[in-house]
Amino acid sequence: MTAVRGVGQFYPVASPLHALDPRAKVVATALLVVGLFFVDSAAGFVVAGSATALLVGASRVPLRAFLGLLRPVAFIVALTFFFQVFFLREGPTLFGWGFVEVHEGGLEMGLLLAARLLILVTTAGLLTATTAPVALADGIEDLLSPLKRLRFPAHEVAMMMTIALRFIPTLGEEAQKISRAQAARGADFTSGGLLARARALVPILVPLTIGAFRRADELAEAMESRGYRGGHGRVRYRELRFRARDALALLLTILVVLAAVLL
Amino acid sequence: MADTASISCKDLTYSYTGGFGPALSGVSFEAGQGEYLGVVGPNGGGKSTLVRLLNGLLAADSGRVRVAGFDPATEPFEVRRRAGVLFQNPDNGLVAPFVEDDVAFGLENLGVERAEMRGRVGEAIRAVGLSGYERREPHTLSGGEKQRVALAGLLAVGPEVLLLDEPTAMLDPPGRREVLERVRGLRRSRTVLHVTHHLEELFDADRVLVLNGGRLVADAPPEELFSDADLLRENRLVLPTVPRLAVDLGLPFCRTPEELADAVEKRSRDNSGVEAR
Ligand SMILES: Nc1ncnc2c1ncn2[C@@H]1O[C@H](COP(=O)(O)OP(=O)(O)O)[C@@H](O)[C@H]1O
Ligand SMILES: [Mg+2]
Repeated sequence: MTAVRGVGQFYPVASPLHALDPRAKVVATALLVVGLFFVDSAAGFVVAGSATALLVGASRVPLRAFLGLLRPVAFIVALTFFFQVFFLREGPTLFGWGFVEVHEGGLEMGLLLAARLLILVTTAGLLTATTAPVALADGIEDLLSPLKRLRFPAHEVAMMMTIALRFIPTLGEEAQKISRAQAARGADFTSGGLLARARALVPILVPLTIGAFRRADELAEAMESRGYRGGHGRVRYRELRFRARDALALLLTILVVLAAVLL
Repeated sequence: MADTASISCKDLTYSYTGGFGPALSGVSFEAGQGEYLGVVGPNGGGKSTLVRLLNGLLAADSGRVRVAGFDPATEPFEVRRRAGVLFQNPDNGLVAPFVEDDVAFGLENLGVERAEMRGRVGEAIRAVGLSGYERREPHTLSGGEKQRVALAGLLAVGPEVLLLDEPTAMLDPPGRREVLERVRGLRRSRTVLHVTHHLEELFDADRVLVLNGGRLVADAPPEELFSDADLLRENRLVLPTVPRLAVDLGLPFCRTPEELADAVEKRSRDNSGVEAR
């Protein structure tokens, strides 16, 4: 039984990354993502990039899962890259070709921005691919819980995440069912301009939205009837344990980020 | 002494705001511990409203309700840990992205200790025959399997009462059989209130209630109810072929073709005795 796995979904294999505490992984990811914005040298990107590549290898998640993740951002990466290459005119000219000029500064900036985006997406993908949805929600709830004192609804946010993750596949299936039904009645989603295609989606989105409201209603009733009353007095089924290896992982992350930023 | 009963309702009345007239009016009945009660009636008869009132999802306008000794309107959580509801749509009852976590949901809400939770979750999953499904995601399951996961979630809490609101209505025949088999296995160990449109699911119920237009129009054993042709017609209740044939022939209630054959034979024997005039 191999369910179809969407892009950026949990990939249930056994790996050292899967075994880490989700809180450690969320913090490490945040550190890497924030750190990346302060990396501004080629050497720094080599460090960050090779660290990410090592993690991808260690995750035992097949490469194609990451490629699938990168495909939609490839366009943005390419756009950013060419924009910098052709329009940033700093440093010595590498070559000129009529009004097209490529400067060293532009090429460098293009490469750095492209690298930053690629590493960013891969890092985020690593987190979701190696962390079960429930664990991810539990981890985020724990990390946000200090904010509870400021009345931040940490438990509710985590519960919303869990429910969203539970219902995304269900709604996806429903969308497919509706669009097949519409196609059988002659709807055409594949031809025409952007506007025509967007208009063809309306007959799918309307029933889907109405269906989602009905589902939400029934789900709320089911949750209430099962004794749900928010996070208060609740005991979570899964226990998160912060072990030595999680501390080690965080320490390594901090070192890598520092090295990449300072280089 | 109503409080020794698992469920007791007296003069229960409820109107939805903005509804046309009461959805339930003056409903009274009792279910003793371990009894199996069926509830039938036309759409809009008030069956789901009754279930909601019994579980504290709605509070009655007037009348008295007790479920497992508690008033669901004032102590909903006491009631909910003792009475579980299985709803119609198996897709919208499951909360968590994995079977195991969903079965644990009710226990999490009750604040059951983690070690005990594990044991009870495993046991409940086994009780519905889904061992090995712990890490499956709900959307990969069949309707019958989803409904069994939902049932496991109720059983894990260990309720005295089960309220089933048409749990088989959206299932295919194999799914229906799976779920019914598990529900039958709970007879006597729990009090069951089973709402359904399939009368054959209630042939071995202790009693069957008929709700029509918000009123309780009958409360009788299935043999009696299902051989009353007028009552069935007035409440738009449709029997499966064999018992319907028996009713139409004016024979006593028959569940199986064998019983029908026996009844026909017995009748013709009796008749031939009478006709030998
Ligand atoms: N949420 C609601 N708001 C207003 N009226 C409702 C609502 N739910 C049910 N009703 C009305 O209450 C009556 C009983 O409904 P219900 O208990 O769902 O019947 P059943 O389950 O027997 O089909 C119906 O007339 C229905 O239209
Ligand atoms: Mg109903």
